[in-house]
Amino acid sequence: MSNSAVPQGGFAEAGADLELVGITKRFPGFTAIEDLDLRIPAGSFFALLGPSGCGKTTTLRLIAGLEEPTAGRILIGGKDVTSTKAFQRPVNTVFQSYALFPHMTILENVAFGLKRRKVANADALAHEALRLVELDHVSARKPAQLSGGQQQRVALARAVVNRPALLLLDEPLGALDLKLRRQMQIELKDIQDTVGLTFLHVTHDQEEAMTMADTVAVMNKGVIEQMGPPQELYELPRTAFVATFLGQSNLMTGRVVSSGGTSMVVDVAAGQVEVPAERAQRTSGEVVVGIRPEKVTLHASDPGRQTGRNVVGPGRITDVSFSGVSTQYEITSPALGVFTVFAQNTSISRMHHDGDEVWMSWEVGHTFGLADEPSSVSANRFADDTDTSMIATQRREQLEAELEGA
Amino acid sequence: MAFGAFATATTAAEPAARRKSPIALLLLLPGLFYLGLFFLVPLLSLVITSLQEPDPLIFGQYQNAFRWENYVTVLEQYWPQAVRSFGFAAVATLCALLIGFPLAYFIGITLRRWPLLQALALVLVIAPFFISFLLRTIAWKQIFSDEGPVVGFLQSLAILPPGVAITGSAFAVIFGLTYNFIPFMTLPIYTSLERLDLRYVEAGGDLYASPRSTFFRVTLPLAAPGIMSGTLLTFIPAAGDYINASREFLGSTDTAMIGNVIEANFLVLQNFPAAAALSLVLMAAILVLVSVYVKRSGTEDLL
Repeated sequence: MSNSAVPQGGFAEAGADLELVGITKRFPGFTAIEDLDLRIPAGSFFALLGPSGCGKTTTLRLIAGLEEPTAGRILIGGKDVTSTKAFQRPVNTVFQSYALFPHMTILENVAFGLKRRKVANADALAHEALRLVELDHVSARKPAQLSGGQQQRVALARAVVNRPALLLLDEPLGALDLKLRRQMQIELKDIQDTVGLTFLHVTHDQEEAMTMADTVAVMNKGVIEQMGPPQELYELPRTAFVATFLGQSNLMTGRVVSSGGTSMVVDVAAGQVEVPAERAQRTSGEVVVGIRPEKVTLHASDPGRQTGRNVVGPGRITDVSFSGVSTQYEITSPALGVFTVFAQNTSISRMHHDGDEVWMSWEVGHTFGLADEPSSVSANRFADDTDTSMIATQRREQLEAELEGA
Repeated sequence: MAFGAFATATTAAEPAARRKSPIALLLLLPGLFYLGLFFLVPLLSLVITSLQEPDPLIFGQYQNAFRWENYVTVLEQYWPQAVRSFGFAAVATLCALLIGFPLAYFIGITLRRWPLLQALALVLVIAPFFISFLLRTIAWKQIFSDEGPVVGFLQSLAILPPGVAITGSAFAVIFGLTYNFIPFMTLPIYTSLERLDLRYVEAGGDLYASPRSTFFRVTLPLAAPGIMSGTLLTFIPAAGDYINASREFLGSTDTAMIGNVIEANFLVLQNFPAAAALSLVLMAAILVLVSVYVKRSGTEDLL
């Protein structure tokens, strides 16, 4: 596809930078996005992750030109496109519903964008794009004759064929079943490597965002809470929202008792927790600290104070669920509430049983200190999250049921 | 909506479950009986009448024969009225489309966010049906009459020369036809547009199509089933209409359509074979025109 140069209207071979400056979007009655600043470098695979209603889809629609921002500017490749209409922007979207034109053949759908821009060999390029997604053999069919997965690939081909500076993906895998999802995730990543465009992927699926994107921005209530490579986000979440939306976390609140040069010590009710200074967002007063469940080791007796390890406990195991590679323990104690631990099932690790009294320990270096006020964490802040995944699951089940029924 | 009935005419129906049940046949019987008695028998009688010849003994009586020359005679005698019928109907259909489509678009798409206003607007489209269309057509005759407000206004602006009437003109007849058939045009198009997924329109914009281009390449093709039903529901009855064009309403002898000629031959001249032959010619012409139209617009491509 390298010969498909489209010199018209700033359409480039490579992707372009996207820059959002102070974007605010208000709808009657609520603010969807509040003063958002975002920079996505050219050629990257960027994921915007958040629960439904967090403003991520609105952000996407603003970039595509389907909504107008209340305030702020949008720059693509350094050019201000804020006041231009959708059809004038070098941006293409893969819609969540695919939105393939039902009255056109697959080929007509894919060639649509090229023909509107009067590209000479539109049909040949469309065939080429269809070959990329391995669907050239269905080019004469109508969208209704294809399966969901095939439609998704056609939608992708229809967007990629235009070689936009920026490709927007609005939960494009939302309606697919798990197996197809995995397959499409790999294909998407391949296509991004092949064509080298800038991808902006919007999703509520944290696993999808982490496996595919170079950079993930976690969005909540119209603001980006944290942004970075997936691993960094997982290992060092800065807010309680990120810590719990991206994987699981055990959060504890306590008062800082000492704050030295390299670390601070927090007095949580069930023991003392040391946090490296560079991993703590706040170093005085009441703070929230956390640890990922798989970093924690269980002990049948109090291991005592050790340098370089944090020890809390005791607590009582209230739930054990064995899942082959690992075992998940739920430990309840009056001081900590519910504490989750994932233990690898290696031959040397011994099983603990329901009702056992245990102590938990982990390396100091894995602890993270959050930026939240303790009061805001204890509040029921994540109700949205469970709702989202539940709705998504239900929708998928409905769609599967429909597919089976058809 | 109940108006869905208009639009389903052109969309492919799901194949029904193949089950031969005697109850289904039993339930069909009244309908078949009705069709046979009130459609097939009159049609046959019309064909027989159209081939009759005058009784040589009693003036005004006709006897059965095979006088196919009747068809040639009526076509020779009344071809201007026939051509005028289809011309008027075509112009009225076009006018109704030009008025009905924006109206349907406004109700079906622009008012989508306000369901109450949408329902109200729909009621307003249907409201004229609460009054007999004869009365409404008479009312237009009053409005267009020589002493009426329209003529007075146009004459005072010197647009209309003195002594020229609006009633009895081709304009008045086409106006009446257009007016009477606007709801039949608007409602099927409305049902198409009401179901139109606006995400297709957004996708059009996303794929570099200007709003104009999106309209002609996405919105209009997706509304085609409605436009199809609307034009057929307007054109077919308009071609055979004899109310608007009659002298008692908006027309004059100069604007007589084929419906008026058939009416005159049946009820005034009592030339039954001529009237029957004309009716059949009208029916055949409409059948041919409509099938060409349906074929040309490629209904098989509509979803």
